[in-house]
Amino acid sequence: MRAIKSPKTAKIAYHRADGLLPQSPDVGTLERMLYYLKLTREAEYRIERVLYRQGKIVGGVYVGRGQEAIGVGSAIQLVEGDFVLPSHRDFSSFLIRGFELKDLLANWLGRANGPTRGRENTTHVGSLKLGVIPIISPLGDTLPVACGVALAFKLRGRKNVALVHFGEGTTSRGDVHEAMNLAAVMKLAVIFICNNNGYAYSTPTERQYAVKDLCVRGPAYGMPGVTIDGNDVLAVYQTVRQAIERARAGEGPSFIECKTFRMTGHSAHDAAEYVPKERLEEEAKKDPITRFEKLLLAQRVITTRQIKQMEQRIQKEIDEAVAYAEACPFPRGETAIEGVYCGPDCWWETGSAV
Amino acid sequence: MPILTHLEAIRQGIWEEMERDPSVFLLGEDIGVYGGAFKVTAGMLEKFGADRVIDTPISESAIVGAAVGAALVGLRPVVEMQFMDFIACGFDQVVNMAAKIHYRWGAAVPIVIRGPSGAGVHGGPYHSQSNEMWFVHTPGLKVVVPATAYDAKGLIKASIRDNNPVIFYEHKFLYRRIKDEVPAEDYVVPIGKARVAREGTDIAVITYGAMVWTALEAAQALEQEGISLEVLDLRSLLPYDEEAVLASVRKCNKVILLHEDTRIGGFAGELAALISEKAFEDLDGPIIRVTAPDTPVPFSPPLEEYFLPNAKKVAEAARKLAAY
Amino acid sequence: MTLSRAQLHDLYYFMCLNRRVGEQLAALYRQGKVVGGVYLSVGQEAISVGSAYALGPHDFLGPMIRNDGAMLVRGFKPRDLFLQYMARRDGPTGGRDANTHFGDIRRGVIAPISMLGELIPVLAGVALAAKVRRERRVALTYIGDGGASTTPFHEGLNFAAILKLPLVVILENNGWAYSTPVSKQAAVKDLAERARAYGIPSEIVEGNDVLAVYQATRAALDRARRGEGPTLIEAKTMRMKGHGEHDDARYVPGELLEKWRKKDPILQFERYLATRRLMTEVEKAALESRIEEEIRRDVEFAEASPFPAPEEAVRPVWA
Repeated sequence: MRAIKSPKTAKIAYHRADGLLPQSPDVGTLERMLYYLKLTREAEYRIERVLYRQGKIVGGVYVGRGQEAIGVGSAIQLVEGDFVLPSHRDFSSFLIRGFELKDLLANWLGRANGPTRGRENTTHVGSLKLGVIPIISPLGDTLPVACGVALAFKLRGRKNVALVHFGEGTTSRGDVHEAMNLAAVMKLAVIFICNNNGYAYSTPTERQYAVKDLCVRGPAYGMPGVTIDGNDVLAVYQTVRQAIERARAGEGPSFIECKTFRMTGHSAHDAAEYVPKERLEEEAKKDPITRFEKLLLAQRVITTRQIKQMEQRIQKEIDEAVAYAEACPFPRGETAIEGVYCGPDCWWETGSAV
Repeated sequence: MPILTHLEAIRQGIWEEMERDPSVFLLGEDIGVYGGAFKVTAGMLEKFGADRVIDTPISESAIVGAAVGAALVGLRPVVEMQFMDFIACGFDQVVNMAAKIHYRWGAAVPIVIRGPSGAGVHGGPYHSQSNEMWFVHTPGLKVVVPATAYDAKGLIKASIRDNNPVIFYEHKFLYRRIKDEVPAEDYVVPIGKARVAREGTDIAVITYGAMVWTALEAAQALEQEGISLEVLDLRSLLPYDEEAVLASVRKCNKVILLHEDTRIGGFAGELAALISEKAFEDLDGPIIRVTAPDTPVPFSPPLEEYFLPNAKKVAEAARKLAAY
Repeated sequence: MTLSRAQLHDLYYFMCLNRRVGEQLAALYRQGKVVGGVYLSVGQEAISVGSAYALGPHDFLGPMIRNDGAMLVRGFKPRDLFLQYMARRDGPTGGRDANTHFGDIRRGVIAPISMLGELIPVLAGVALAAKVRRERRVALTYIGDGGASTTPFHEGLNFAAILKLPLVVILENNGWAYSTPVSKQAAVKDLAERARAYGIPSEIVEGNDVLAVYQATRAALDRARRGEGPTLIEAKTMRMKGHGEHDDARYVPGELLEKWRKKDPILQFERYLATRRLMTEVEKAALESRIEEEIRRDVEFAEASPFPAPEEAVRPVWA
């Protein structure tokens, strides 16, 4: 599959997960991918369906059920020095980049030990050391930021890339336009990944854009655009790999539309009654994890027994992380006024990644 | 000491910081080949190269956002808004992205967004605004508004060295009209510290930016009438120098708050509240505001002149207050 | 869509008037009578005139800084531009705003602001209102090659595409955004490519050919009126002067200007009319003297108009 070639191409490259291609990752990576898919699914299940309902989560919960393949298939291949700017439905990106589940859970519970010390929602957690820059709630703002990160790479002669995720709803925002144009003009090493999950809150795609496939947005700026099956983790892996190679070679940005479906409400409070039941049933059959698991079993990459063990390990990890998080204290109220500025008395680590 | 224009002082400040620190670079519209709409970055492309003086498409949101990204990974971008009015097009990146990152997850965002603001050159509603209060009301930003060439240079250097997003207002009326002595050697003017521009005893005029010169002009006119004005130049609005404000109030016991910005929600409101909270007992008269009226900045000279505060309006207010 | 002889003369008249207004503004600028800057449309007259001439009487127009020609077609007089540029009392904004920043709802003209691209969502809104009220009215607006990089360009066009609004956007690609060449503005050869990203049709026209601009606009307006949604037209042209009269545009290569000077839209159209015997020398001379008379009268009027009274500055801000 050579979906990403010249800036003039806009392709629909529906790749079917019916076999491993020569470019497929090695067995170790395949196993890690399965692990992160399952860990993400299970951790989010615990957060959304258990902790949230127990009233333990502070604020809203946004999960990526059904679209885990996009975050996993892309972040898994980043190397040190690369950056990912995940959307709020790419929990896997945080885990793959090295955030500890227990810390992220402590953050969900608004505790002092979470990475934001109770200041922020967990989808907004960042770390320069780990190469993660989080979204802010006005979606799309991270795209120009990704350009800036890649610009710094370029100015410093680094081969690193910035990978930025956003939903199809976000593509309607001007920041997406400005950033994709800027990246194309400056030939920046940015990989624009659109997680097209069918709905922006209650707004279906036909109210979001008037094209069939968003891949046409790439050539509009002079970069390749490709639309792939976002529930096929190997298709994501391979397409993103080509885009990364292109970016590292100094050939500039790429745009990848990953078609998937949001198998939950916009957030935990949203029953999503506006989504037709038949659509959900239809989409459920395309579950990215089940598909990948079947493929790995069929190709004898993994055994049923190994999968069982992996699942047990994941449950244990989640249990421990939850226990840790629940034992963490809330932050003291008066710390609310700390850290507005980064000064000589800066209370948080800052670092230079370049 | 060399005499420099306001504009040249800013240009030198940026130039020296770029020489001193290779992580400083410039991003903006028409700043390279053209040297900027007002020529603040003239000669920099030739000196520092296209990697450090980067012309961009007309995309203010992308410009500010990209500055944030580059800052996060260790560079120090200085962004030019061709006119500060256009910062509205990149507003979200300033107030929601740049301003809050450190508080939220602890990363520093050392960016400077600078550009010409203010009226007096018949720029009309979109090339004349004093929109500093949009940002003064956004915790996490710093807002700097120099009046003299000396301060402009010292403050642009301090802003570039600061680890936070700084909005740096250059008054276009001052660019080529104001000249003063600027030392050749390296210095910074700390952000958040005011300066007594003129010592006085009867009325403290607290102001910033181009209006500092207006206040000084009024002070000179009133001297012959036996009214002594003290002029306090705030230099920074966020954070601002509370102590200096209170000191001037306690010294003069009467106060005029002067700004070019419009009235409701202007910085004078903040100062009036501070003074009434902390220096109420020291006041011998009402706190008086001299500001622009609550309209857009009009274009035609007579309208603009009517709109802008000037020395005459300050002097009139001062006479009334002196007689109180 | 064939134009009558009289209509062709109209096109010629408006292009010449547009050119002459510009020359006059430049002269007033040099005499120090203009307040602020002057932004001319020299060499781009065919776009403004050809497109605005295609509008129906009830359609809407959102001109940008170099679309003074479109405003003339829409019924504004040279004096409106002179008064506005000289910041006089009798100008369309009474001295409150500058240059082409004036509109008139009765003429269907919505004034621009300095922030580029912002008119596209606004004209999309105007078109939405027409659609909601089931009026067969179309909104036409313009954007430059530089303005195409802005947020509202994207948001406005996408919005119009989704709702199939009767909107026509003319992307006036004059090669330069202030000092920035289009190569630093976008990484595509034709900005018309952007239309595909929104799922709307586009057309590329020779912007210095007034008839081509007219035909393309007319076709897009008809499409819009049939309820088939927005169109993006890229009109290729060249900015023959600086960004404003203060700008000597040294950054523009001389050969480029030379090349485009040969494609001057007025000369081209003159040749067209002459070779097809569509305008006699007598008719041409009559048009020219009509224009000279109009300019002379309107300059005189504008110069005689006083500046506004100072206290007019605080005329109510609210409606």
